Amino acid sequence: MSSDRIVGKSVPRKEGRDKVTGRSKYVDDMVLPDMLFGATVRSQIPRGRIRKITFAPGIAWDEFVIVSAKDIPGKNCIALIGDDQPCLANEFVNHPEEPILLLAHPDCHVLPKAVEAVSIEYEPLPAIFTIEQSERRSEIIWGEDNIFKTYLIDKGDLDGVWDKADHIVEGEYTTGAQEQLYIENNGMIAAFDAAEGITVWGSLQCPYYVHKALMTLCDLPAEKVRVVQMETGGAFGGKEEYPSMIAAHAALLAIKSGKPVKIIYDRMEDMAATTKRHPSRTRHRTAVSKDGKILGGEIDFTIDGGAYLTLSPVVLSRGAIHAGGPYYWPSVRIHAKAVATNAPPHGAFRGFGAPQSLFAVERHMDRIARALGLSPVEIRRRNFLQPGQDTTTEQVVREPIDLGKLLDRALEFSDYHAKKQRFANESRVGATRKGMGIAAFLHGAGFTGSGERYLSSVVGVEGCADGHVRVLVSSTEFGQGTKTVLSQIAAEALGLPYENVTMAQPDTLEVPNSGPTVASRTVMVVGKLVQSAALGIRQTLISSNLLREAYTADEFRAACQHYAAAHGEFRSWSRYEAPSDIFWDDQKYRGEAYAAFAWAVYIAEVTVDLTTYSVSVDDFVALQEVGKVLHPLLARGQIIGGIAQAIGFSLYEKVVWQNGRMQNSQMTNYIMPTSTDLPPTRVFFEELGNVYGAYGAKGIGELPMDGPAPAIVGAVEDVLGVPFDSIPLLPEDIVEALDKDALAASAQDSRVTSTGVVR
Amino acid sequence: MTDSREGRAKAEISFAVNGEPKTVHAYPMERLLDVLRQQLQLTGTKEGCGEGECGSCAVLMDGILVNSCLVPVLQAAGSSVITIERLAAGGTLHVLQKAFLECGGAQCGICTPGMILAAVHLLNKTPEPTTEEIREGLSGNLCRCTGYSQIIDAVAEAARRGTST
Ligand code: FES
Ligand code: FES
Repeated sequence: MSSDRIVGKSVPRKEGRDKVTGRSKYVDDMVLPDMLFGATVRSQIPRGRIRKITFAPGIAWDEFVIVSAKDIPGKNCIALIGDDQPCLANEFVNHPEEPILLLAHPDCHVLPKAVEAVSIEYEPLPAIFTIEQSERRSEIIWGEDNIFKTYLIDKGDLDGVWDKADHIVEGEYTTGAQEQLYIENNGMIAAFDAAEGITVWGSLQCPYYVHKALMTLCDLPAEKVRVVQMETGGAFGGKEEYPSMIAAHAALLAIKSGKPVKIIYDRMEDMAATTKRHPSRTRHRTAVSKDGKILGGEIDFTIDGGAYLTLSPVVLSRGAIHAGGPYYWPSVRIHAKAVATNAPPHGAFRGFGAPQSLFAVERHMDRIARALGLSPVEIRRRNFLQPGQDTTTEQVVREPIDLGKLLDRALEFSDYHAKKQRFANESRVGATRKGMGIAAFLHGAGFTGSGERYLSSVVGVEGCADGHVRVLVSSTEFGQGTKTVLSQIAAEALGLPYENVTMAQPDTLEVPNSGPTVASRTVMVVGKLVQSAALGIRQTLISSNLLREAYTADEFRAACQHYAAAHGEFRSWSRYEAPSDIFWDDQKYRGEAYAAFAWAVYIAEVTVDLTTYSVSVDDFVALQEVGKVLHPLLARGQIIGGIAQAIGFSLYEKVVWQNGRMQNSQMTNYIMPTSTDLPPTRVFFEELGNVYGAYGAKGIGELPMDGPAPAIVGAVEDVLGVPFDSIPLLPEDIVEALDKDALAASAQDSRVTSTGVVR
Repeated sequence: MTDSREGRAKAEISFAVNGEPKTVHAYPMERLLDVLRQQLQLTGTKEGCGEGECGSCAVLMDGILVNSCLVPVLQAAGSSVITIERLAAGGTLHVLQKAFLECGGAQCGICTPGMILAAVHLLNKTPEPTTEEIREGLSGNLCRCTGYSQIIDAVAEAARRGTST
């Protein structure tokens, strides 16, 4: 077979035509006969005991279907990792917006009034809202100590390094919650039939997560639960776990009413009630030699998980493993901890803990550089991981990655040195000033450690009766290009035109469990399985003498038709097997954390307005090594889109909390970047390849979320000469940091100018 | 969001949609968005925020770009509304639709119909826009997937090829 015929080419997006013509069917576009509309009555307080529920007069309550926790046929939980999150609160509520009751009615217009007419009396209990309050344990709101999960990564002899250190540098860094803000709000439709069981159609990332949750909730066997993914209008992790909750609610209403029920959130409900990125706090204490080499360090990484466990242990794990960045730590101790607060549970969002801990380590590298009088470039260069060295989990870098060279290229593309000099010399009197910032980072592709082994994903490829080939996976498309790239891989493996491959709709009745669509694993892990399942089809046709080794597309089609006619359904399956040279110790958190890492250096150029303190990103260079790029256009789209979200994370998107509730749950007051806010982004790829992924691919999707925040904040710091350790960094936050710094400085000397800018 | 049934009874409202005369029975304050999607089954027009912020619900009303979530259907009476469904009506893609496909302008696709209509509107007014004009012209339409670059490429490419609407 000729190689690289289809992979590596920007073929048309499989579902693209339907998307540009408006024909794609998202869940809200679907209508079933006799369908009711569902709505959710939610907790108004952060914590307390439910005393009484009353239904105000003036509403025709007998027209409504009403569901409470008592109507749940199985276990009242959203089964995921800990099964601690109720589907409907029964006696206690533990966060604002916690679901308590469900209503359904044939007319969607009457629902908001009805929801308001349900009044709930509580006996309030004291609540906690920050990591610090949770650590103080004045109130225990979860388990025995408010701690969902801890990990310890312990490498080398850390205790011995402090005496040898020429410098010990300490810092504390924080990141805020971030809303995924997919433009399509969450939604589900459920239908129930005693014989067939429950079927849900929805906007979701992980059909088999929903499947598992519904089996537990409804006490139904696997074959009586069917989950179908509709076209999904963005997800970014935000539709990884919460869709199970909405599916559960729709299912309960459908079971009770005997009619199909549609639940579509409006924007406010979606923002206030569903998951966001975990807020984090990272503390670094690092021993450094006088020539700028890291000797060892203590890293304390803590995330706020909200009121229930949900996915926090997994987010914490990825954050902890990435906490050392792309640097060599001869010794390190990473304490990682996820704590409970009375906020809606935080959850998956592109990057999954890594953007938080990488922000901290990258800001800390700049702090070390300052302490030693080195440049941000030099401190990184001196500490980069080299092939043969090992990561914080003692995973040896086997691939020939040269981070120094990656850095040099990024510096060159961004014209870093010349610009830096020019900005430094530029007039100091103008109203705006420019600066440059750097971030170097890595991102592990696929599930962490033994995760892929536990998942044991299965993929199918079908030779159809009409001779075309169909890929059967539960991996979902939500904009990233899953359908396109997996089709490319199957076509490539079979030597067929791309057009001869189609994708089955993710429907648990039909597709096997190829694992959740998360963790940048789809192309690398699932893609590899598609490749081998496709080869199974080819092998079968050849060994049944229907096909020769070399064949044309027409010969393949004929052979396929022939085989399917003779034998019926013609499918080839492939199950994940962990490579034998991958070792991971779940107890000690040591070993090969990921089958592959993607590597990157990003450089930001910003302008700070010295009157308003607004920051604009003027130029952005993104250079990455992501293995073989299977679809250049989609890959570029992923990188640029991720950077845009990360710019929002850095400079715009601030969740305003009050007593555990998001106060700005609207697009008018939670501000994401528009087309006028973003810089021209220059994307470059290095391609080292990857022995584990399909055709040498690694993961791409999450990587671009990691680097922009530290690079941009570093550039702001370059302009203002004051350290910034927190994001989001809005103008008011800059002013506050400057005031604090000015206060500290004036206590020492009088370096403060009238503008409040420290030189 | 608003209780559109309040106060008034349903009324008969006529307007043209994609060149065809339509008469609907709707509460006067009902959102044009809902009438298009639910009564006329034109589900290509999407809802992202319901408050005029995201542009997913954008349609052309008498040639003007409007957010249909903010337009009470009564206001559409007698007007001519164009939705995404009109653009490839004959089966051939509009030059903008083609360019969106080729340049990577659609990822999850939920913002795409509104974005394309905003681009149609822009190119009608400004057939040869600069990049800045494209950015400005699309600034009422939010996209969370693309970071806008490939959308801007698509609009520039369509302008280069020339539209004929
Ligand atoms: S739905 Fe109309 S502007 Fe967002
Ligand atoms: S393509 Fe997903 S929001 Fe624009």
